[in-house]
Amino acid sequence: MDLNPSEEQQQLIDAFAAFYAKECPVERVRAAEPSGHDAELWASLRAMGALEMAVDEESGGWGASLLDMALVAEQHGRHLGPAPLIEGQVAAKVLARTGGDAAAETLGRALGDDHLVTIALHPPQGGVLSLVPGGSVADEVVFFDHGRLKCMVVAERGRPVPNTGSMPLADVAVDPAAVELVSGAEAEGLFESARDEWLVLMANALVGVGARSLELGVDYAKERRAFGVPIGSFQAVAHGLADAATAVEGSKLLAREAAWSASEDAARATELACLSCGFSAEAAREASYRSLHYHGGYGFMLEFDIQLYFRRAKAWPAVFGEPSSMYARGAAERLSAARTDG
Amino acid sequence: MTMDFRLGEGSDALRDEARRFLDEQLTDDLREQMHRTGVHHDWDFHKARVESGMLAPGWPVEYGGQGRDALEVLAMAEEFQTAGAPTYGGSTTLMVANVIRHMGTEEQKRLIVPQALSGEIIIVLGFTEPEAGSDVAAAQARAVRDGDEWVINGQKMFTTNAQEADYVFLLTRTNPEVAKHKGLTTFLVPLRQPGVEIQPVFTVSGERTNLTFYSDVRVDDSLRIGEVDGGWEVMTVGLTFERSLPQGGDSRRLLRAMERWALTSVDDAGRPKSEDADVRARLGRAAAEIEVSTLLARRCAWVQNSGTLPGVEGSMAKLFATEALTRQSADFMDMLGPDGIRADGDPAAVAHGIAEYLYRFALGTTTYGGTSEIQRNIIAQRGLGLPRA
Repeated sequence: MDLNPSEEQQQLIDAFAAFYAKECPVERVRAAEPSGHDAELWASLRAMGALEMAVDEESGGWGASLLDMALVAEQHGRHLGPAPLIEGQVAAKVLARTGGDAAAETLGRALGDDHLVTIALHPPQGGVLSLVPGGSVADEVVFFDHGRLKCMVVAERGRPVPNTGSMPLADVAVDPAAVELVSGAEAEGLFESARDEWLVLMANALVGVGARSLELGVDYAKERRAFGVPIGSFQAVAHGLADAATAVEGSKLLAREAAWSASEDAARATELACLSCGFSAEAAREASYRSLHYHGGYGFMLEFDIQLYFRRAKAWPAVFGEPSSMYARGAAERLSAARTDG
Repeated sequence: MTMDFRLGEGSDALRDEARRFLDEQLTDDLREQMHRTGVHHDWDFHKARVESGMLAPGWPVEYGGQGRDALEVLAMAEEFQTAGAPTYGGSTTLMVANVIRHMGTEEQKRLIVPQALSGEIIIVLGFTEPEAGSDVAAAQARAVRDGDEWVINGQKMFTTNAQEADYVFLLTRTNPEVAKHKGLTTFLVPLRQPGVEIQPVFTVSGERTNLTFYSDVRVDDSLRIGEVDGGWEVMTVGLTFERSLPQGGDSRRLLRAMERWALTSVDDAGRPKSEDADVRARLGRAAAEIEVSTLLARRCAWVQNSGTLPGVEGSMAKLFATEALTRQSADFMDMLGPDGIRADGDPAAVAHGIAEYLYRFALGTTTYGGTSEIQRNIIAQRGLGLPRA
């Protein structure tokens, strides 16, 4: 067992931490509201190779592991990056894995041009892809529909959906001219893997959201005085922060294990993807709630940053579903493995 | 080096050995005996552990151990905990033996440690008192010097396994005139002697513990551990041996039973419980928490292997796992519906009423070994740097 990132991984973390500190200070996050998209940040992320890393070398990328991507996602979450990084990476990854001319062309556009390709996390209902992440700024959407993995150009961008997390979401009408990439069991497998990858990366992003939320709360509890002492000396405050810190630390271990398992323990990869995202979502939500609450009335004011975290902790994972649905999905995996084992 | 969540080959091998040992030694009769008596120590089981090298594999070879590292020992301990094996007497004995190894006299090391590791004796803990729990340094049991001996008077609470044990590792007050941490001394007190009274105490989980009384009990100065009035330093050393404990084992046993139930039960309409979204959500939440408990505990052993003593990491592992067990046992009772309250002995109880049993058992886990509140204080102050109250 070794829980330390490798030297290369530490360099990756340091590089992206420095990148976000420079390119994504909280003023930029605020400035990107309400659209939720900072086009300049997106361009810088692409220039950093954030999309290429997701794609294997034969398809023109660097073939980073999911764990490497998870370490970047954690930094993205810490800084509340207002750009559809995770969706963009997952879409690029699934296109590279799909193969075929149509997928290769879309991937080429995603990597080469200023062309944003995202992925819908759920099949369309009544001809509409609901709450597509990055959907209000995407040029193209990968989606799964009736046993087929498809890709469509967004001819006319839908109305952005106002939402809790200030994300660039849209309900996107399915274009009948959407191109089929692959069908049958292969398509379903590709889509499910993509969803697992999204869950793992989101779990790690939420670790960053939770960790930074906690820091904001702890810093405030050390500074703010009431009844003549810092409020962090009150157990009513300290214990809530201790519980949140424990859950966030746990979420970090689990989210990294989930990312690691994608290549090292494939039998548990789907289970851990689901469980880790559910757990990270709850840990981040609790940490941001506690921290906001301990800010007293200030936490309720837009001016204080904790509200930015509180809203995203709830909303980012909700694009996939509520934590219970992730837990249920993870349990289904475990039950099916247990049934096979007898 | 690269990140790796596998414990390693040595751990896997010892885990397999532990499983084989438990299959053989943890019989239904032994489980029934534990349940009936509430005693989580069994001499035959304890001696079988010694013979199979399953008691102290982490100890150096010269003491009869195997020099195994912390992750290997943890892998073994996870199996014992998951199986619900009677290990409590062994654990307290090893903890005290470790204290003696690090702070005892040569005579104590020669006399006590080999007996402890060979399974001849067990040693229990005598810290808590009726009026001193979390504030352990407030202990009032008095020890007064009389030549080469000390005379002890007082009471200790939750002296679990005292009725089986040879010695109690007793925290006493030797100087009431100084600050409370500075007037404490620890002794290894033989329990089978006049003046020691052991009164059984039965708990809501069915576990038997004791209240022990000490009336003019005499102990030789050669059985004093550490310096006179140096008891707090001894306690501090003792607690460092409790930092890489397995966590989540009871929860893991519970979850397996509940997953089997889900796979073999149907609802009123004949649909398998394993297909029910609510059942799945409960099972998945517990599975996530158990994975976290396991990882937090493994992190402590990993820290220890890399040469530093885990501190806040141990508090997080203990706090999280025991609070999770408290939640899970209640949640699974609810999941089972009215049948959730059926206790062991009822043929219709699910998996011998394990959820119902652990619902009661969990109450102890958030208290002994440092309450959840004490763990949160440690995390807040030492981990987060928050000021003391």
